[in-house]
Amino acid sequence: MIWQALTFQLGYNATLVAIGATLLGIASGVTGSFLFLRKRALVSDAVSHATLPGIALAFIVMVALGGEGRFLPGLMLGAALSSGLGLIVIGWMIRNTRLTEDAAIGAVLSVFFGAGIVLMTVIQSMQSGRQAGLESVLLGSTAGMLRADALVIGAGGALVLLAVLILRRPMLAVGFDPDHAAVTGLNVARTDLAMMGLVMAVTVLGLTTVGLVLIVALLIIPAVTARLWTERAEVMVAFAGVAGGLAAYFGAAFSASAPGLPTGPIIVLASFTLFALSLAIAPTRGGLASLLKQSRFRRRVHRRQGLLALALGQPIHESFTLALLRREGLARADGEPTDTGRAAAAKALLDEARWAALRADPAHGLTATRYDGLTPIETVLTPDQISELDRHLPRPQKVI
Amino acid sequence: MMGPDAVSRQRIELASSARQRQSAAAPPPALAVSGLTVAYGEKPAVFSVDMTVAQGTMTAIVGPNGAGKSTLLKAVLGLVKPLSGEVRLFDLPLSRVRDRLAYVPQRASVDWDFPARVIDVVLMGLHRELGLLRRVRPEHLDRARACLARVGMEDFATRQIGQLSGGQQQRVFLARALAQSADLYLLDEPFAGVDAATEKAIIAVLKDLQAEGRTIVAVHHDLSTVRAYFDHLFLINTRPIAAGPVAEAFTSANLQRAYGGRLGEAQVAGMQADGVQGQDTIR
Repeated sequence: MIWQALTFQLGYNATLVAIGATLLGIASGVTGSFLFLRKRALVSDAVSHATLPGIALAFIVMVALGGEGRFLPGLMLGAALSSGLGLIVIGWMIRNTRLTEDAAIGAVLSVFFGAGIVLMTVIQSMQSGRQAGLESVLLGSTAGMLRADALVIGAGGALVLLAVLILRRPMLAVGFDPDHAAVTGLNVARTDLAMMGLVMAVTVLGLTTVGLVLIVALLIIPAVTARLWTERAEVMVAFAGVAGGLAAYFGAAFSASAPGLPTGPIIVLASFTLFALSLAIAPTRGGLASLLKQSRFRRRVHRRQGLLALALGQPIHESFTLALLRREGLARADGEPTDTGRAAAAKALLDEARWAALRADPAHGLTATRYDGLTPIETVLTPDQISELDRHLPRPQKVI
Repeated sequence: MMGPDAVSRQRIELASSARQRQSAAAPPPALAVSGLTVAYGEKPAVFSVDMTVAQGTMTAIVGPNGAGKSTLLKAVLGLVKPLSGEVRLFDLPLSRVRDRLAYVPQRASVDWDFPARVIDVVLMGLHRELGLLRRVRPEHLDRARACLARVGMEDFATRQIGQLSGGQQQRVFLARALAQSADLYLLDEPFAGVDAATEKAIIAVLKDLQAEGRTIVAVHHDLSTVRAYFDHLFLINTRPIAAGPVAEAFTSANLQRAYGGRLGEAQVAGMQADGVQGQDTIR
């Protein structure tokens, strides 16, 4: 069943839903990256929770007008209006009170969500509310999703991606250095507003798929996952799109195979699985990679210290250092150097002397900043420069 | 007969009359601030400041901590909103001279863990030119690399910015400003926490810029190098204290007024002796 869902064999409708969800996931991961780089991840939580009263009110109004209460575009409009109001209130609180952003976010999030839950209860007691199934906007459910809904979500996701393409440069500039961006003539407030608008769009589009409680996960987790893999903002944004798309696709497919499950939590778990995997294996910032890097660095330090001790005829006290040198055949068990060890030690000492000369010479100013006590000097200077340097060494290094 | 001599004499006359015309309508000051007051809450950080910076000069804004040096710079750049006063750059309002400005903020004002390479940061200096959608072309990359070369960082172009030392970060910021090829450079403590080699490299670039006729204004905290690095001084402690050529304005009396009791008489005297010595050793 799951395999069929993953390979689009559950029928036209389920396939459409999966494609729509995937587009939403891509848009969400991409948009969330900019939010993450601007360090405003939490705002998205307030944005999403603030949609609830708007959704409930929209439902009530549509029913009162004699229409279908679950009409998705209508619910989306209500959601957008009330989360927009929430954003305005947050902005106002930060500007006009001494509250910090996190406090304002907390206040708005809880008050709006509380108001929304009260309104939902009112709906439950209404005649047409009994079969409303409006709770699905909380945690998402693709089970009852209509074809038209899937189309709206897919098209909306594509529009968000287009907007990101146009706004990527200002959003990155503001994320790195807002003051500099402002001096070059960029309107920082308007850029932030546009970014929040995109977040709002993703939230509203994701109501039926992920649900408003957990959409923050689809905005932020892909960005955090991508950050583990790359040191370039553009690459990170693209990667987050892929991660978000994958998570949403898996979530929608699983949910199609087991209609009882809420979609949102499954998407979040899929997203988290990608994150956990990345944390373990990502080559630049992953946990495994940094452990390896640390232990490699530790070995380099010990090796160098050991060689210098050999060169100066000092005893090696640390067993780790000695073991390291013995494994490389540089020292014997009694701590005496082997022939190759003697040569390597002399080389290390010469390296130190050359570095010392280099650092004393102001002409090598910038190169000197690359001294870390480990880097062989051949990697930063040409042979000519080294022989020039050697002429300034106190005297030929014939220690051993 | 009209020989080559006569022609060149004519040229010289033309040139000198052009120069006269120019001096009759002197170039507008690079920066003219009048009656500027900026307050955070109800505490004025900068109070009623008038300041004029002539084109082609190199001015140090000096004063104790919390004297409003950075705030003055930020108000000039429109980053904080003044309560009162006017700022004109090249006799124009800020909105019309953005192309001619470059700002080097304090190094610590950004998060260096941002995912970017050195070259990406320098390219941000070209954002105004690139607009929203234009692609980064090889010529843009070449220009960014040339700016990096000017600050001695060409080998670091693809280095992750998080791996840079403080001095290297400051050089990258300067390279980003160079990419903007501005006429007025405003720097906020460019020498704070950088190594000696970087300080020397930065001042060399700034002096080059000045030699090209550009104007430099820098918030500066190291009194011992004011004489060697700058030709004009603006002393501030919330209110303007003194302004003018360093030779005239950098006096112990003015420093005492700016720093109050925080600077001993002997300290000031020593500083001035150092300063004079410094002047002799520089070129």
